[in-house]
Amino acid sequence: MTTNQFFNNSKYWAKKILFIYFPASLILGFILIPYLWTLLTSVKPTEEMFTKEVIYLPSVITLKNYQKLIFETSFPSSIFNSFKVALTTSLVSIFSAMLAAYVFARYEFKGNRLFLGGILLLYMFPSVLYLMPLYSMFNKLNILGNVYALVIAYTTTTLPYGIWLLTGYIREIPFEMEEAARIDGANTWQTFFQIVLPLIRPGLVAAGSFIFITAWNEYLYAVMFTTSKSTTLTVMLSSLVREYTVSWDLLTSGGILAVVPVATLFFFMQKQLISGMAAGSVKG
Amino acid sequence: MKIFSPKLNHFDFAPIIMLIPAAIILLCVILYPILNAIGMSFQFYVISRWKERRFVGLENYIKILSDDAFHVAIVNSLRWVFITVPSQFLVGLILALLLNRKFKGRGFIRSICMIPWVTSGVVIALMWSWIYNSNFGVLNDILKRIGLISTNIAFLANHDTALNSQIVVMIWQGIPFFTVMLLASMQSIPLDLYEAANVAGANALQKFRYITLPFLMPTIFITSLLRFIWVANNVDIIYQMTQGGPGYSSLTLSVYAYMKAQKSMDFGYASALAVYGTLFMSILMVVYIRLLNKKEQNR
Repeated sequence: MTTNQFFNNSKYWAKKILFIYFPASLILGFILIPYLWTLLTSVKPTEEMFTKEVIYLPSVITLKNYQKLIFETSFPSSIFNSFKVALTTSLVSIFSAMLAAYVFARYEFKGNRLFLGGILLLYMFPSVLYLMPLYSMFNKLNILGNVYALVIAYTTTTLPYGIWLLTGYIREIPFEMEEAARIDGANTWQTFFQIVLPLIRPGLVAAGSFIFITAWNEYLYAVMFTTSKSTTLTVMLSSLVREYTVSWDLLTSGGILAVVPVATLFFFMQKQLISGMAAGSVKG
Repeated sequence: MKIFSPKLNHFDFAPIIMLIPAAIILLCVILYPILNAIGMSFQFYVISRWKERRFVGLENYIKILSDDAFHVAIVNSLRWVFITVPSQFLVGLILALLLNRKFKGRGFIRSICMIPWVTSGVVIALMWSWIYNSNFGVLNDILKRIGLISTNIAFLANHDTALNSQIVVMIWQGIPFFTVMLLASMQSIPLDLYEAANVAGANALQKFRYITLPFLMPTIFITSLLRFIWVANNVDIIYQMTQGGPGYSSLTLSVYAYMKAQKSMDFGYASALAVYGTLFMSILMVVYIRLLNKKEQNR
């Protein structure tokens, strides 16, 4: 290697480090540090959490906080409630959204476009506008405190989103197969369930997971519509702040356990999720 | 779009039946509540005094105009939205540009970066509250160790820092959204454009300015629009971290409306606040879309 080559090479690396690796690691650090710090805190012995000078690395790694959270609080039942609500919300939303999306994608009728635009507009209303009428409604129906009341509340945002996403998805798939099925005498239901449904399965899974994540993470409706029996994960976590002002041992371990399921779901679904989101918003 | 209208001998009920589930939900839990909430905004309607519920015309709307908290909330909302969204966009864009290059472990890093996007606002708030903690928080410790401060700062309990500290959290939360969207649209840019630019001797900055940016424009437009709405409507982070305090120092319009509904259970006042918030946002949206259209025409 000549000196000149070496010089060029090191210049290349210096440039790469300065303009790619350094800024990238800075941003990555910013994104990841809160999680790392929460994780580190959650495995610390409690006495090392509250010290005048912060102890960065715990002397021993302990799962005591997790143990306490799982066996001494309502965490397990609240995680179960969240799971129930999130799963039901995605099933209900996806089922009604896919049927409606098929009609929006394949039939031309008066107000089709206007309606799709209107659905996007719904996104603009702050959730507090739904909150109060739904509260009165659930109160009258006597379902306040029932976990399934939350499912109804969540469909206010997840259904429009599902219709919007799946309409885009169905429009993308070629029309010829449906046409062929029609010529062979299939009716609308047969065409939809036997031809279209298998083709949009990835889209359904992606939209379903996104709705699941949204419902899992929701707090504002949950705190209003649940009672101590039906609390969801987010409500349970935030109640720790008020009941025991400095219960950071439970909060950090609870935070980690709340993130893990949705992060895992996201890892498996990310390809479909991202392409679905991007397609929806670019073509919207 | 192809139209599905085969000449059938009989009327096809199927599409109408297909619309029924969604239509029922849309009518019952979306349209009816919105109209109902607008109706509530013209009423005296406090849950603890529900017997006194009555129509009061514009009383709530007039009362709000002279409400000090409302004035502060408007200014805070503007700061909240106009600092957060552009910063999220900028950092998100830089990260997308960096991740759009080939290097080892890119796929893994890319997915790791997206976690804030799927993290609950409650969890985000508690993680950051712990970092900001005035007694045992790691941020105070770091700042003290590098000698920037000598005594701990109560980031969330101080009038001057409460809102800004939460703006940082919000920026953090929104970076992945922009990165995901911009990366997806960067990958649709034809590569031969860059090759042609290389042949013509364009530098990195010129390539960005004349190829990447114009291609990204539609995505930038729609994603920032969605983000503006989302950030303006966001309640859970502030509600969880400071409840708009200390005083009104970190109160935004959405948080104020939510607190009026959830804490004071004053549904009349809260819905009038929310209607103001929606109007306020519609105005911003119209201005934003107009400005962008003008820019398009000038080009």
